[in-house]
Amino acid sequence: MLALYIRDVRLGIRSGGGALVGVLFFLAVVAVIPFGVGPDLNLLARIGPAILWIGALLASLLGLDRLFQADRDDGSLDILIMAGERRMLALAVFVKCLAHWTASVLPLVVAAPMLGLFMNMEPIGIGAATLTLLFGTPAIAFIGAAGAAVAVSLPRGGLLVSVLVLPLVIPVLIFGVSASYGAVTEPDPFLPPFLLMLAMTLFFAVLGPVAAAAALRWSAD
Amino acid sequence: MRLVANELDGERGGETIFSGVSFVLTAGEGLLVTGANGSGKSTLLRIVAGLLPAAGGAVTLEGGEPDWPDVMAASHYLGHQNALKPALSVTENLAAWRDYLGEPHVPIPEALEMVGLDEIGHLPLGYLSTGQKRRIAIARLLVSYRPVWLLDEPTAGLDRASETQFAALMAAHLEDGGMILAATHLPLGLDWTHELRMGA
Repeated sequence: MLALYIRDVRLGIRSGGGALVGVLFFLAVVAVIPFGVGPDLNLLARIGPAILWIGALLASLLGLDRLFQADRDDGSLDILIMAGERRMLALAVFVKCLAHWTASVLPLVVAAPMLGLFMNMEPIGIGAATLTLLFGTPAIAFIGAAGAAVAVSLPRGGLLVSVLVLPLVIPVLIFGVSASYGAVTEPDPFLPPFLLMLAMTLFFAVLGPVAAAAALRWSAD
Repeated sequence: MRLVANELDGERGGETIFSGVSFVLTAGEGLLVTGANGSGKSTLLRIVAGLLPAAGGAVTLEGGEPDWPDVMAASHYLGHQNALKPALSVTENLAAWRDYLGEPHVPIPEALEMVGLDEIGHLPLGYLSTGQKRRIAIARLLVSYRPVWLLDEPTAGLDRASETQFAALMAAHLEDGGMILAATHLPLGLDWTHELRMGA
């Protein structure tokens, strides 16, 4: 399983992996907001966590459709499925999600504090937003895996994956953003929404790979 | 160990391609599947591999317990695609599959030597020619052990010398007590114990 993880991270970082594209997209989305909203620093600080979250969410949906499609195109998926008989396919999907998260989403989390400065956020607010992103974005990858597995045989599945996945990630977004707000605005609490978000990440870490594995098994043709 | 296919029916898009295909393979036996294009060779192999549901009948592996509980777990499948990543080097590709598939068999440098490509392990796979990629895909069959090889047009893109080399590898696998199910137009210079003509 470690071999699969290393292979996928390598593929994500090397040419054609598109890990940096996500960061550039994230940067573009967040950098454009101040121009659109205008130079009202208080307003920017207030919408900052939400913009960071929405930007990171959209950027992490970008490469999601290639999660299984690249493997399907070169025949690797058949072999992953066949070996999945010996050791659960869902586990392989889980590892692929983790590798996808490491290569394409973790850079977004690393870039988030700098982009928080663009939004005139307080240091503690930046810290809270980064922390929620760190623990919330894996849920997006796990839910996305199920969407990507359903759309794996469609040649232009990218948009479909996003549409399938978005409704399911909205709860994660809500609790992630409200936890980030809770860290800076009194009397809103930080911990309850943060813990709910963590619970969702754990829940989808189990459900997403199982659903994706079932979809992949039936997609073979 | 016996591989038994009982009255298999194959279907593609609701249309029956073949029906009532049965065969039995024991250790050390090879089955050559021949037939015209579209006669269902690939479908048969994918059904045996468990990648496609059979419309009827069943494939079972007898006497494989506890190491090889079913056909899917006991098989190497070499399809039309090579299942290799162009961005990784040859050695990285093979090492990833060996570690993922388990049951390491032949060390990677030796496997590369057996397919005659022992000097290019460090190159990214994308730089290789079609035939060389195919030979690397064949090396994947060697680096981790599976008793059953399911080969779909294994020699597509190979030159004459590589075909001979591959025939020797298959012969060695059969001698080792393995089983081979190969769909191909060429007899590959191997002494096949059985032949199945599709569409006849």
